[in-house]
Amino acid sequence: MEFKRREAPFLAPQVSVSSLMLQVLAAMVPAAMAHVWYFGPGFIFNLLVAALFAAAGEALMLSLRSRKPESGLTDYSALVTAALLAFALPSLTPWWVTATGALFAVVVAKHLYGGLGFNIFNPAMAGYVVILVAFPMHLNLWVAPSMGDLDYQHLSILQTLAFTLTGSLPEGLTVDAISRATPLDVMKSGLNNARTVSEIRSIPIMGDFGGRGWEWIGNFLAFGGLWLLIKKIIRWQIPVGVFIGLLLPATIMYMLDQGSHASPGFHLFGGATILCAFFIATDPVTAATSPKGRFVYGLGIGLLIYCIRRWGSYADGVAFAVLLMNMAVPAIDYLTRPHIVGHNDGVNRSRSGGNDA
Amino acid sequence: MSAPTYDLGTLHGGLRLPGHKSESTRQPILDVPVPGQLVLPITQHVGDPAQPIVRIGERILKGQLIAEPDGTLGAPVHASSSGTVIAIEPWPVTRRNGGTAPCIVIECDGKDEAVHNTEPPVDFRTMAPPDLLRKFLQGGIVGLGGAVFPTAQKLMQARTCEIDHLLLNGVECESYISCDDMLMRERAGEVISGAQILMHALQIDVCFLVVESDKPEAIRRLGDVLGEVNDDRIILKQVPTIYPSGGEDQLVQLVTNREVPSGGLPSDVGCLVQNVGTAAAIHDWIINNQPLISRVTTVTGDGVVSPVNVRARIGTPIADIIELAGGYTERAQQLIIGGPMTGKSVTTDNVPLVKATNCILVSSETPSPGPELPCIRCGDCASVCPVQLLPQQLFWYACADDEKKMREFGLMDCIECGCCDLVCPSHIPLTADFRVAKGRIRELADEKARAARARLRFEARNDRLEREKTDREAELAEQKASAKKAGPSAIAEILKRQQEKKEGDD
Repeated sequence: MEFKRREAPFLAPQVSVSSLMLQVLAAMVPAAMAHVWYFGPGFIFNLLVAALFAAAGEALMLSLRSRKPESGLTDYSALVTAALLAFALPSLTPWWVTATGALFAVVVAKHLYGGLGFNIFNPAMAGYVVILVAFPMHLNLWVAPSMGDLDYQHLSILQTLAFTLTGSLPEGLTVDAISRATPLDVMKSGLNNARTVSEIRSIPIMGDFGGRGWEWIGNFLAFGGLWLLIKKIIRWQIPVGVFIGLLLPATIMYMLDQGSHASPGFHLFGGATILCAFFIATDPVTAATSPKGRFVYGLGIGLLIYCIRRWGSYADGVAFAVLLMNMAVPAIDYLTRPHIVGHNDGVNRSRSGGNDA
Repeated sequence: MSAPTYDLGTLHGGLRLPGHKSESTRQPILDVPVPGQLVLPITQHVGDPAQPIVRIGERILKGQLIAEPDGTLGAPVHASSSGTVIAIEPWPVTRRNGGTAPCIVIECDGKDEAVHNTEPPVDFRTMAPPDLLRKFLQGGIVGLGGAVFPTAQKLMQARTCEIDHLLLNGVECESYISCDDMLMRERAGEVISGAQILMHALQIDVCFLVVESDKPEAIRRLGDVLGEVNDDRIILKQVPTIYPSGGEDQLVQLVTNREVPSGGLPSDVGCLVQNVGTAAAIHDWIINNQPLISRVTTVTGDGVVSPVNVRARIGTPIADIIELAGGYTERAQQLIIGGPMTGKSVTTDNVPLVKATNCILVSSETPSPGPELPCIRCGDCASVCPVQLLPQQLFWYACADDEKKMREFGLMDCIECGCCDLVCPSHIPLTADFRVAKGRIRELADEKARAARARLRFEARNDRLEREKTDREAELAEQKASAKKAGPSAIAEILKRQQEKKEGDD
């Protein structure tokens, strides 16, 4: 009897890139629903625009690079990029701003570096920074969260869609009338104007720890993140590193002077900390890859976020922190290589350090 | 009975594989009858091939020496039944890249007539260890865990080091394989007797008998026998069921918490590892005078009708063994010799069972995992690597053919266990790629060695030419000096002689 020949191992792998990406997307669903609940349907339109342009950019680049477009599209990595971008954007964002971010993310940050697996910079964050620097005015349209006592301006689905497509608000509403500073903005400008933290935190937009609404999105992101940890899709080193890197200096500064430094709880639940720790910094392609290296990488991101929030000119620093640490990844990886079993690096007794040849 | 102990070292990574062992452990070990033909490769061990000492047409008996060890790390081959040598020719065998190897083919007469042994039995306790090792070599004893390293030479090497632990490997961590499990259940006494012989040969007093936790029946049987023989030098150790804790270096690390140095041997850290099957084979040879001519092997997979463990003569064609297990099912598409993680697939069931064959796995085709995608650096491979390598980085350097980096990141330490392949979401055949890269590194090292030899030769030649030149010059100078000493008349005479010679030449 004749048989087929193959190389060992003969057991098939149980995981795939597309299933990993789909699970990451699934972990974001509760937070996305919370986002829509608090800030209106704009998130969905942003997500659709980002996904459309990310997928189009992916297909275009793959065909320009003479690859099969479907191979790149079915791994859903472009969709994850789009979702992260959508989380970073205010719910009211004109489509061309989102599209610019998505296209830059996929075309420049991802494919010009060689596509999935070869990009140095986190595509979503690269795309976000480009629009943040290029169109700062258009990334300010955060509405107040939908809470009874806040001056929440309800825009209908059609009105939101109209804004997304045309950038114009319904008759009688102005941008200044509906946009509200984010909690991090409030904190930053308050502190710059020499107000105390407790004064700033008495503003109604502030919640138990961060901003109202925002902190609930954060909670749902944390649930999703913990689920990813349990499913071993992400490892603990990066989230823990980010939290320690951010919360350690925040706690020390807060203990030194509670009047002029926001509490660690505010840093944890304010802005994009949780999104960053579980979903952005954990992008395997652009993160460090050794276990120790991942912790260092997370730690660096956390520290940079704190520095940018506290002393930088931007209210939040997640995107910059991630991109800066992306640059440090090759060095981190090189310096944090694990001990190879049997190698003579002072750990074990060894006959010779050399390999067989 | 003595209970197993658990205090263990640590092993990084590894996988919990689906066991698939119960299929083949439902019934006791079956004996495969004498086949019509036996095919005995002259290389069934890691060293140089044995040299056949039989002629075609010669009648031989069971247990008769038919090929003598030769060269380094040699081991003899014995006939596993009686019959006539009909050919010594290339035959398909189990090898990574397929192909054939020289084999002695015996037409069996079915009488299974054994060599008459005149040697009186000797108590091994009275034998000097070197004599015992020589005896191991004569019995054709090689490691039956799969590596088939000649046991005598392994022990000889170990005796040059300070060995304090003998580890008997009953871990059998790969899926499907259960031959050691069944052997320990049915022949626990022989395994322990083998351990005692090995301890005498090594002159040591500590033996860890290591069994994985998924073999409670084997542990119970071994514990019972240990209680009976009352040998407190042998300690039964239970280890968790994690692949690949049965790898030699991994077992040492797991049980003693000592790391075998890169490129070194367990003996460098005072350990010697033997498979439980080898221990039983040693018992059979030293106590019962039966050389290594049969072994237990697992026949299993969804491609055979009734999976079972069998004891078969070395050289029995795989097809005969499959027949005993009820034949093939319609799902039989792959024939794998060894386990599903490190086995070798063969194209024909014409290959013979050899000393290394611990499992015959017939399975349906491995489902295609889909196309290979780029590495996304998820690092799952690194988290399962028992040697704590970074396969994702190694893969990168292997693609770039960067020899220095591959060495630096420990490619040569890769044990090819296949764990990284199984967890890779991009479905990169890492183990196969590393195997190729290792071959490439060895090739480069060979090339370098060749170049170095050529350079030495060239330099030696230059040196020789230079030396000849200076010698000649010195000789000339000496002649000149002596001529000068002899005075002008002598010089005139020399010049005249030269002149004459020149004219004569013209």
